[in-house]
Amino acid sequence: MRPPRLAGEAVAGALMTLPAAIAYLLLLLLPTLATALLAFTDYELGAPDLGWIGLGNFQEMLADRGFGVSVRNTLVYVGLVTPVSILGGLGLALLVEAGAKGRAFFRAVFFLPVVSLTAAMAAAWQYLLHPTIGPVNAALRAMGVGTPFWLSSSDTVLLSLAAIGVWESIGFNMVLFMAGLTAIPRELYAAAEVDGARSGFDRFRLVTWPLLGPTTLFVLTISMIRSLRVFDTVAVLTQGGPNKASEVLLFTMYQQGFTYLRLGYSAAITLVFLAVVLALMWLQTRVLDRRVHYS
Amino acid sequence: MRARLPILGLLGALVLMPYLWMVAASLKPASEIFRASLSLWPEHLAIAENYGRVLSRVPVLLYLWNGIVVCGGILLFQLLFAVPAGYALAKLRFPGRSLAFGAVMLGLLVPPHVPALPLYVAASGLGLLDSYTALIAPFAISVFAIFLFRQFFSALPDDLLHAARLDGMGEWAIVWRVVLPNAWPAATAFAIFSVVSHWNDLFWPLIVVQGHAHATPALGVLQFRSEEAGDDFGAMMAAAVLMTLPLVLAFLLAQRRFVEGIATTGLKG
Repeated sequence: MRPPRLAGEAVAGALMTLPAAIAYLLLLLLPTLATALLAFTDYELGAPDLGWIGLGNFQEMLADRGFGVSVRNTLVYVGLVTPVSILGGLGLALLVEAGAKGRAFFRAVFFLPVVSLTAAMAAAWQYLLHPTIGPVNAALRAMGVGTPFWLSSSDTVLLSLAAIGVWESIGFNMVLFMAGLTAIPRELYAAAEVDGARSGFDRFRLVTWPLLGPTTLFVLTISMIRSLRVFDTVAVLTQGGPNKASEVLLFTMYQQGFTYLRLGYSAAITLVFLAVVLALMWLQTRVLDRRVHYS
Repeated sequence: MRARLPILGLLGALVLMPYLWMVAASLKPASEIFRASLSLWPEHLAIAENYGRVLSRVPVLLYLWNGIVVCGGILLFQLLFAVPAGYALAKLRFPGRSLAFGAVMLGLLVPPHVPALPLYVAASGLGLLDSYTALIAPFAISVFAIFLFRQFFSALPDDLLHAARLDGMGEWAIVWRVVLPNAWPAATAFAIFSVVSHWNDLFWPLIVVQGHAHATPALGVLQFRSEEAGDDFGAMMAAAVLMTLPLVLAFLLAQRRFVEGIATTGLKG
C-alpha cells in the first residue's frame, strides 16, 4: 500500500508547488537578479544598447552630492521616526492595557492611521501644516508663537515628515507591543510583588522590560525597515524639495529610474537600499541569537 | 492609574486631529478655510459644493472600483498560488521541497521595490503599462503568504488528512475541501494584511499607471491634487475623505480582526 501513495504524494506535492514556483521565478527571482545585473550597466530606457560599466554607477553615487544628501536625509528620518514611534508605541500599549475601560476604543483610535490611505492623509497633513491657512499655525499665532513653514522650509521639512511618519506607525508598534504584553504570564507580576517590587516602575523594570526583549528587538527592526521605505509622503507632499531637503533613498531611486529613465543608476541605488535592509535583518538575527534570551 | 483615561483622551484627540480637520475643511466654504479660524464647525455648510466639485471633476467611483479590482485580483492570485504551495510544503514529501522552502525564506528578505525596475521594463515591452494586469501581476505571488500558510497548515492534525485520504479524496480535493475550510483564521489575517498594503500602495501604481482609467485611490488623490485642486482645500479634503472612508469603515466594522490580522502578519513590515 505505502509505495504507491508515496509516489502519488511526490507528484501531488510537486504539482502543487509548480504554479507558485513558476510565478516566483518570473515575478520575483529573475527580476531581482536582473536588478542586480542592471546596477553594473549604463542602461537607459529607450536607449538602443547598454554597456557594462562595472562599478561606475556606485562611483557616481559616491561623487554625487545629491545622493549623499538623500542618504543623510533618510538616516535622519529613520533616526527620528524609529525611537519616537517605538517608545511611543510601548507607552501607548502599557497605558491602554493598564485598565479595562476604553481599551478597545483607544486601541482603535491609535491604530486608525495604519489603515488610512497614506496619500489622502498626507493631503490632510498638508492642509494642517499649511503656513498661512493651516490650523496648526493658526493655533500657534493665537498663542503668539512663531509660525514655521513646516513642509516648505528646508529647516523643518524633515521634521514635519518625521512627525507624520510617527503618527502613521505609532499605532502599528503599539499593537505589536500589546501582543508581546499579553504573552507575559500574570504570575510573574505577583511573584515580583512578593519579592518586594512594590511600585509599578519596579515591576516594569524587573518583569515587563526584560520579557519584552524579543518583541522590542523585533519592533525595532520592523520600524527601521518601514521608515527606511518612506516614499508616499515625500511623493505627495514635497517631491524631495525644497532644494533636496527631503530627498530620500526610495524617492531618489524612483526619480532616477522612472523620471530620468536612468535604469542602471536607479538599480544601483536599489541595491544599496536592499543591502541596508539585509544588514538590518542580519543584525536582528545575530542579536536575537546572542542577547535577548531571558536572563 | 487615575490619570489613565485623561491622558489617553488627550493623546487620542491628538492622533485624531488630522481626521477632524480634514472632515471639517471638507464641509467649509473656501472663504472660511482661508480665514484660518480655529473653529472646527463651519458657519456655512458647503458640503454640496466641495463634494460636488470632486465628483464632477475626477472619477472618484472609478478610482474606488479600480482599488477593489486591483486588491481583489491580487488577493485572489496570492491565495491560488499560496494555499496549495503552503499545504505541499507543510504536509507532503516531494523532491525539491527543502529547495522550495529555502526559496520562500530567501524571497521574504526582498522588499517589493527591488524587482520593480525590470518588471517595469517587462510591462513596458509587453505593452502592458496602464492596465489592470500591470497593477496585479507583480504581486500575484506572495512568498509571505506561502510562508504563513505553511506555518499554519503544519499545525493541522495529520489524522484529519489521513481520514480524508481513506475516504478516497485526492490531494487537490483535500486542499480545497479539507484544508482551506480550516484555514480561515490565517486566510482572513493575510487578506487584511494584503488589502491594506495594496490599497495604500502608491509606489507601483505611480510607476505603471498614467491617466485616470486605471488609477487606484492612492494615485487618484495625487492626480486630483496636482491637476485640479491647487489651493482648493475644501475639495481636496473632500476627495481625501472619500478615498479614505472605505477602508476606515471596514476597519471600524471589524476592528478586532484588523488588529489581529496586522499583528499576526506584522513580521512582513
